[in-house]
Amino acid sequence: MELALAPETLARWQFGITTVYHFLFIPLTISLAALVAGLETAWVRTAKQKYLKATKFWGKLFLINIAMGVVTGIVQEFQFGMNWSDYSRFVGDIFGAPLAFEALIAFFFESTFIGLWIFGWDKLPKKIHCFCMWMVSIGTILSAYFILAANSWMQHPVGYKYNAANGRAELTDFWKVLTQDTTLVVVFHTLTAAFLTGAAFMVGISAYHLMRKKHIKVMRTSLRLGLVTLVIAGALTAISGDQLGKVMFKQQPMKMAAAEALWDKEQPAPFSVFAYGDVQKGHNKVAIEIPGLLSFLAHNDFTSPVPGINDVNKSEQQKFGPGDYRPNIPVAYWGFRWMIGFGMTSFVIGLAGLWLTRKKFWLSPGLRTGDEEPPRLALTKNKALGARFTQWYWWLALVTLGFPLIANSWGWIFTETGRQPWAVYGVLRTSDAVSPGVSQGEVLTSLIVFTTLYAILAVVEVKLLVKYVKSGPQELTDSDLNPPTKIGGDSTDADRPMAFSY
Amino acid sequence: MHLHDVWFVLIAVLWTGYFFLEGFDFGIGVLTKLLARDRAERRVLINTIGPVWDGNEVWLLSAGGATFAAFPEWYATLFSGFYLPLLLILVCLIVRGVAFEYRAKRSEENWQRNWEHAIFWTSLLPAVLWGVAFGNIVRGVKIDAHKEYVGSVLDLLNPYAILGGLVTLSLFTFHGAVFASLKTVGDIRERARRMATVLGLVTAVLAVGFLSWTQAGKGDGGSLIALIVAVVALVAALGANRIAREGWAFAFSGVTIVAVVAMLFLTLFPNVMPSSLNESWNLTVTNASSSPYTLKIMTWCAGIATPIVLLYQGWTYWVFRKRIGTQHIAEAH
Repeated sequence: MELALAPETLARWQFGITTVYHFLFIPLTISLAALVAGLETAWVRTAKQKYLKATKFWGKLFLINIAMGVVTGIVQEFQFGMNWSDYSRFVGDIFGAPLAFEALIAFFFESTFIGLWIFGWDKLPKKIHCFCMWMVSIGTILSAYFILAANSWMQHPVGYKYNAANGRAELTDFWKVLTQDTTLVVVFHTLTAAFLTGAAFMVGISAYHLMRKKHIKVMRTSLRLGLVTLVIAGALTAISGDQLGKVMFKQQPMKMAAAEALWDKEQPAPFSVFAYGDVQKGHNKVAIEIPGLLSFLAHNDFTSPVPGINDVNKSEQQKFGPGDYRPNIPVAYWGFRWMIGFGMTSFVIGLAGLWLTRKKFWLSPGLRTGDEEPPRLALTKNKALGARFTQWYWWLALVTLGFPLIANSWGWIFTETGRQPWAVYGVLRTSDAVSPGVSQGEVLTSLIVFTTLYAILAVVEVKLLVKYVKSGPQELTDSDLNPPTKIGGDSTDADRPMAFSY
Repeated sequence: MHLHDVWFVLIAVLWTGYFFLEGFDFGIGVLTKLLARDRAERRVLINTIGPVWDGNEVWLLSAGGATFAAFPEWYATLFSGFYLPLLLILVCLIVRGVAFEYRAKRSEENWQRNWEHAIFWTSLLPAVLWGVAFGNIVRGVKIDAHKEYVGSVLDLLNPYAILGGLVTLSLFTFHGAVFASLKTVGDIRERARRMATVLGLVTAVLAVGFLSWTQAGKGDGGSLIALIVAVVALVAALGANRIAREGWAFAFSGVTIVAVVAMLFLTLFPNVMPSSLNESWNLTVTNASSSPYTLKIMTWCAGIATPIVLLYQGWTYWVFRKRIGTQHIAEAH
């Protein structure tokens, strides 16, 4: 009871809940910003109405989503000071800088240009309006980069020295923090996963409308864009994930051993498909394994040894003193699997979809479809799926649209809990990072308040999304089709209503 | 001048930017109940800040992030110490942002009315709480030898800090009313001006009391000048508002905010968070700051980014320079 409600435990729960929740919105924001900007660019260049309709439709869903991302991000900026004051004192010299960069460069970009985009339909020429969304997109990507640089420093601290005089870590090489391999690979992995997320979202919703044979023109285009993005992003997520794994095997062998429930060093090391073990005794009771694969994931060959949990624990005890350096192993093991499983399921669905909906390649003319009809799902050159299987595919795409969100969440839970007991790997323990002056009652209050508020907002948000998804793209109005030619709008009617108002 | 002194000034600049910009946002939020007579007018008010409130709020995130980077000890003590008030502010800012974005997304009467209540309260509370927080920072709070806040939340509710909270509330609402008169057209514009007169007078009484109290307790020559500028600017804002020079009135209400924040920071310097228990336990620009290397990097970043931010944010205000009235708000959504 006491341990379960210790301020440290509560603070960790709060950080976990608020951060995982925040990150439900972030990948969608990152990817949809770029996808919407791409659709708007297509509208600007081709003047085809379907692109403008798609821009407005996906833009609306994007806005419902980014609103939540923005407001839940405010908590993140202050939470370190509130619950992790000793962490802030110890690492502020290093960790604060990327955070400040993020606010000064990325947040201003995003928030200012999103305002221009939302309200600017009748105030900005279409090229400048489109440019604003690209600025938002750049803002989201810069934001991800800076915060991931900060996180990567916690995973693998570089470019600093310990200053014994004031008992804190001090920055010596900011460039190293921004460009170390952990940062670059994590950014690569997170951004590709973000696009996987947005693409699955787009595919799922397009499938929903195509299944009902509604809004076909817009949804065919969206489906295509979504599928191509899904497949490219999915493949890159796998590649970057493999690279990240290799970096982690070097930098945090404990995390990767835990991810595999590999208790003792093996050569060659197998990849675990299923394991059930005894954490106290440090072994697996049941294990299904693929021989040699783990050696490959860690070192690119099938024979190298990989150290196990017990080995790393011993070597860390020698290095850092007595103690238990093992993270929560079932969480790491299953988190790792769920991340890969859910993420790659979406990738496979995308791959299948891209094949089934191909336009011309290896497809007899009879199965080709025009712009106005839903695509025929063609299995082979002359054979299309029947009505029932077609329906199944659309359903599958729809119900799995949230899979990457689950994968993302488990990815973060895995990588953050897998670093425990460290807040900054090898440098600062989580138990030394909490705010000593904040009482149990205070942390409990904020934990309850945030969780309740977030739960309510989740219901509100999802209901709104469903409403706007269902109602589909709207018909375009005259003012949509005749955007202003000069900044500020060129209407001579002083009383003309705003194109968009709150 | 040391880099940590430069950063003290820059943090003051970020807070000033925040209070100047989100000051009128909060004011507009409060005025949705004080000034607006019906839903159409409430929407006019909300839409005067529609395109800009989010960008304005980022000044707070920048102030927070920059404090973390430049003065980690200040960041750590302040936000762990003022835990519950900060929690309340965060909750308000979360609900407020969602309220702006979601209010018009459904047409049901209840839905819209509830978000409108939310906009009012979540604008009013932070407007008060930031004043209370800064009142306490200037006054000094119970900080021990380990730079930890050891007081209770009730210690933060002292008369001086509460007066500070009332000053920010009335000043922001005044600033908001002046902004409303500058950005609207029609009947509401005239009423905004009349209300600004009342709010300005209330602000004057409260601010003179609070600022004199500050000056008497901890002031010096510099803070006295800031105090005089604040009072003169407030009077000028009232005068300009009286003769319907709305642009000037807004400029002067803005100068008032700048001067008030400047006065608080001048009073504070070289401390960033004085201890009321023992002077040697004060957090100062020296013992709370980051290493010179970090400060140097941060100076480059802020030196380049801030002017660019001001440029494109300024451009936004220019794009949306037209006044709006009830006729500009589309009926259905």
